[in-house]
Amino acid sequence: MRLEDVTVDAVGVEARVSSLARRSIKAETKDAWLRLALSMVDLTTLEGKDSDGKVARLCAKALHPDPADPTLPTVAAVCVYPPFVALAKRLLARSAVRVASVATAFPSGQAPLATRLAEVTAAVADGADEIDMVIDRGAFLAGRSTKVASEIEQVKVACGAAHLKVILETGELETYDNVRRASLLAMRHGADFIKTSTGKVSPASTPGTVLVMGEALRDYVEETGRMVGMKPAGGIRDAKAALATLVIVNETLGDAWLTPTWFRFGASSLANDLLMQIAKLRTGAYGSPDAFSAS
Amino acid sequence: MRLEVRKTYKLLIGGAAVRSESGRVVPVNGPTGTHLANVPLGSRKDARDAVRAARGALPGWSGRTAYNRGQVLYRIAEVLEARSLELAGVIAHSTGTSIADATVEVAQAVESAVHYAGWTDKLHAVLGGVNPVAAPFFSFSTPEPVGVVALLAADLPSLVGLVDPLCAALAGGNTVLALVSAAHPLAGLDLGEVLTTSDVPAGVVNLIAGDHAEVAPHVASHGDVDALIDASNDALATELERRCATNITRYRRPGAPCSLEAVERTLELKTAWHPVGS
Repeated sequence: MRLEDVTVDAVGVEARVSSLARRSIKAETKDAWLRLALSMVDLTTLEGKDSDGKVARLCAKALHPDPADPTLPTVAAVCVYPPFVALAKRLLARSAVRVASVATAFPSGQAPLATRLAEVTAAVADGADEIDMVIDRGAFLAGRSTKVASEIEQVKVACGAAHLKVILETGELETYDNVRRASLLAMRHGADFIKTSTGKVSPASTPGTVLVMGEALRDYVEETGRMVGMKPAGGIRDAKAALATLVIVNETLGDAWLTPTWFRFGASSLANDLLMQIAKLRTGAYGSPDAFSAS
Repeated sequence: MRLEVRKTYKLLIGGAAVRSESGRVVPVNGPTGTHLANVPLGSRKDARDAVRAARGALPGWSGRTAYNRGQVLYRIAEVLEARSLELAGVIAHSTGTSIADATVEVAQAVESAVHYAGWTDKLHAVLGGVNPVAAPFFSFSTPEPVGVVALLAADLPSLVGLVDPLCAALAGGNTVLALVSAAHPLAGLDLGEVLTTSDVPAGVVNLIAGDHAEVAPHVASHGDVDALIDASNDALATELERRCATNITRYRRPGAPCSLEAVERTLELKTAWHPVGS
């Protein structure tokens, strides 16, 4: 289908999302899902004040999310700016935790293509397993989707073996129609993952965008047979929101996506709330955020 | 003939007048059995929401100047005084005491608020100080709020029994979630209307009506509650103290009304050692 012919029933999306939000998950299932959600977290620090020390702390947390509970899984990946890739890679070398790096002039993407490609090449050379790129939203909204498509393809080539996550920045796309169009565009031109947001724009990930992207993804996979993953990022701050998101994923995409290989949460404060809720199920008492390390 | 418009009593959580999350409501009757009002029956989830609101409000409230906290406490006294007729009526109707005695109780509540308003900027001078040490250090202690204080109000007196320990905790810079009198919750919930019109920031005081035996153990076990001031019935005390010991929550009985001691129960001393030249 031509991209401009794609439409989404926005009212239907809202209704579906609000009906799914009423699912209740308790006891053993809740514990299992909280652990699953933790294993899907891309522990993220993307701040101007990031330092080697902060990235080292983040890597330690990725390996041992709660030192008091050895039964916990590690998180899926740590997500950092390119200058910290080499350090993170070294600290996580003997683990299954992957190193993701945002690149392509994150978060705006407003840099010459050559600069953006060079950034990707450098991050991959330093050992990044995954690259999170942003699309040119200005070009996309102006209808120049060929330009966006060509840039995604070139970044994909620069990634080599590294997985490419394409950030749509749904908060700037205005409509569900555009979210679905951008999702299809990204997948058709090489995305291994589609990701909602940079986390720097509000609204970031919402249940509605997760559903629309999930449906686009399901339809694309059905049509082509090529698996694509999904990563909501920003806006999912607590365990409740994470479980609600997993419900949407389960109902839209199915079991195959309920694994860190094909589904991730991009978040900085989510991990601690997951840890607190898991501890609550174990001890029966609510804890204090003070009892967990800073993200 | 005119149909009376009755007040729907609500809890105070995070600055908002809310129904119980559980949806439960219980009728409250006067001593002669007449129905006075329906009151929300707070749940453990309401208490958790209140802890969260109190924790969120703590940096702002404890960070205010002592002088400003005194002003806010004094404002509570002003609004209590202005509504004393109404509150005395509520106390008399719900507990069966005489209007004269109820009026005295409201006056005592005003007295408490004024008393603790005066203490806010004197705590450092009275409780803190410079410590003599035999080393080249400047050592000094300052009183700090313990943080989030849970307050279990006594059944009686239903207003001043809440207002006194509440204002004592606020004076030191703590934020509070209070379980109001279980037997006579009306005056305690009416206090919420006084607080929201007294410049008390949202979340600094949270009021919950409910069965103490149901909610209080959960509050005592909550890791984000720093102190429990227990004026509730004695039957619960041992269990609450045991739970508080498990997660190092300070467990205290309330101090005497209008006393520095009452403020001290929600304070801790921070001592700093600063090197100085020989």
